[in-house]
Amino acid sequence: MAVSPPPLPLPADLAQVVESALAAHAARPGALLPIFHAIQDRAGYVPREALPRIAWAVNQSQADVLGTLSFYHDFRTHPPGRHVVKLCRAEACQARGSDAVVADVEGRLRVGMGRTREDGAVTLEPVYCLGNCALGPSAMVDGRLHARATADRIAALVEEAPPCR
Amino acid sequence: MPVNPPTVVWVPLDAAAKSVGADEVAAAIVAEAARRRLPVTVRRNGTRGMLWLEPLVEVETAGGRTAYGPVAPGDVASLFDRGFLAGGAHPLGHGRTEAIPYFARQERVTFARVGLTDPLDLAAYEAHGGWRGLRNALARSGAEVVDAVTRSGLRGRGGAGFPTGIKWKTVLDTPADRKYVVVNADEGDSGTFSDRMVMEGDPYLLLEGMAVAGVALGATQGYVYLRSEYPDAERVLTAAVERATAAGFLGASVLGSGKRFDVEVRRGAGSYVCGEETALLESLEGKRGVVRYRPPVPAVAGLFGRPTALNNVITFASVPFVLDRGADAYRDLGVGRSRGTLPFQLAGNVARGGLVEKAFGLTLRELIEDFGGGTASGRPVRAVQVGGPLGSFLPASALDVPLDYEALAGKGGILGHGGVVVFDDTADMARLARYAMEFCAIESCGKCTPCRIGSTRGVEVIDRLVAGDRPQRQVALLRDLCDTMTHASLCALGGMAPLPVTSALDHFPEDFGLAPAGAARDARRS
Repeated sequence: MAVSPPPLPLPADLAQVVESALAAHAARPGALLPIFHAIQDRAGYVPREALPRIAWAVNQSQADVLGTLSFYHDFRTHPPGRHVVKLCRAEACQARGSDAVVADVEGRLRVGMGRTREDGAVTLEPVYCLGNCALGPSAMVDGRLHARATADRIAALVEEAPPCR
Repeated sequence: MPVNPPTVVWVPLDAAAKSVGADEVAAAIVAEAARRRLPVTVRRNGTRGMLWLEPLVEVETAGGRTAYGPVAPGDVASLFDRGFLAGGAHPLGHGRTEAIPYFARQERVTFARVGLTDPLDLAAYEAHGGWRGLRNALARSGAEVVDAVTRSGLRGRGGAGFPTGIKWKTVLDTPADRKYVVVNADEGDSGTFSDRMVMEGDPYLLLEGMAVAGVALGATQGYVYLRSEYPDAERVLTAAVERATAAGFLGASVLGSGKRFDVEVRRGAGSYVCGEETALLESLEGKRGVVRYRPPVPAVAGLFGRPTALNNVITFASVPFVLDRGADAYRDLGVGRSRGTLPFQLAGNVARGGLVEKAFGLTLRELIEDFGGGTASGRPVRAVQVGGPLGSFLPASALDVPLDYEALAGKGGILGHGGVVVFDDTADMARLARYAMEFCAIESCGKCTPCRIGSTRGVEVIDRLVAGDRPQRQVALLRDLCDTMTHASLCALGGMAPLPVTSALDHFPEDFGLAPAGAARDARRS
């Protein structure tokens, strides 16, 4: 007997994002990462309220679903800032002075690494290699890769660029 | 009035080139040509790998492709003024691209087409030798294909260096209802970008290598597990899969053979340990990226418990050459037990960073000094890390080591994925050692205690050592801890994270507040 799906206590637009991600991916083998990505690509994060419905759709326990979600650095369970800045912390960028750039960016944007500024303008995240290791320090701003990053450049991009969504 | 055919100008669409403004340069060239009413077609290629020259603009002239770089949008008007459409001289000019010494001295085997063609142009791929390896594979039995790969001497290019042919033979010989081909495109090592360059610059090459494995081993489904940090590669590769499938190179009947082979690109989610093959398989199955116990190896029981040919991008990308030109042609390159070529990646504090594909055996000094031109800062080289975050730090005095799997192992190092990160004399090696432990703690999957707990304890011990808190005691503790991690961790993350730590301690003890290396040796002798 079919069990009715658990409720999706989310605003209509977010609920629609979750529903369409499940419709597109739930039947694929190993569906959880594609589902999470599909939701986060459009909503910016994976709302915890969606977990019971996701678990039901892939026929796994909520513990399994949360376990997978929480394992990966990429997935957020809270909305990010209007801009997302990722700064590379890895060795090749360190060799080109990234530690100083990180400190400068934290000061200029007034937000600590791994945090979202209180006004919701920007989220700063660490990343471990963007594959641009000859032209570091590397940064990704709203999904776009930038070489030879400086705090001035990053600040200008965050101030000028339209929000990523 | 005769109509001149448009001049073709190539501007790379590789992520590295775009990160320094290639899109803006391409737009500026189109706009300037329109303004001057000149017939110009701007086409997009992969990168030639001379990354310090990016954006590297190439013009098709009577004398071949002529290079200008690094070009900024503001340079475009002066390029037109000086007749770059006919190969005219300009301060940014480098002459014929393929005569630039950095490029001319390479042995481009796997990267032969990267930077030459429009990555998604199927006709160009075929015109430059594409699909010949796959056609040859379809004309032979699976055992014959596996035998060719074995005889080529190809070893896994992801880092471990395991013979590819032996892995494939295991998959071939293991009976199962389904088999899989999986590409490890989770190139997470800092200092590496060769996988990304292939996927963005010559994606059909990877798909051809996968298809060879698929038809030879009887696998019908291939997955590319691609790291999320490579959005450009994801776009190019996804489009390549669609086009190759529509054209019949993949899909229900590969080249009309009746053999099915489908490919799907799956995006990872920022976990370094998912570059470890069993963690990668768990992740593909939709689980936490936790390392599995071995045996069974993935070739026997891999994805969804089925036999799985799991190799790195460059490994698969090397296969078409072997099947096209023959195992011997590949085997004739290289030295000792390291056969063929490796795309070395010069990164970090280096003047001329980029990709250098050479047969195994050139020395680290040739790579860094002759190709790389020394440090970007102009200061002396102090340390070099080869093989990613789990590779040893080598001191400047060790640069004469030949780059092959065995020679580096003899120096206590690893070759890994061929990434070479250069540090100048401002590098703080104690800080880098601490970072190695910190990174291991951040990325540990948590399954085994030596890695999960050891990495955090390692950070603490290094902090106490640098603070001068009973240093000899901390050194003994740190070495003991590293020994435990090396020998008792489940996978290479915990097992090799001690390499950068102990090598930094061995070669640069003064950075930890200890007596310099020579003095410590003298003290022990007396």
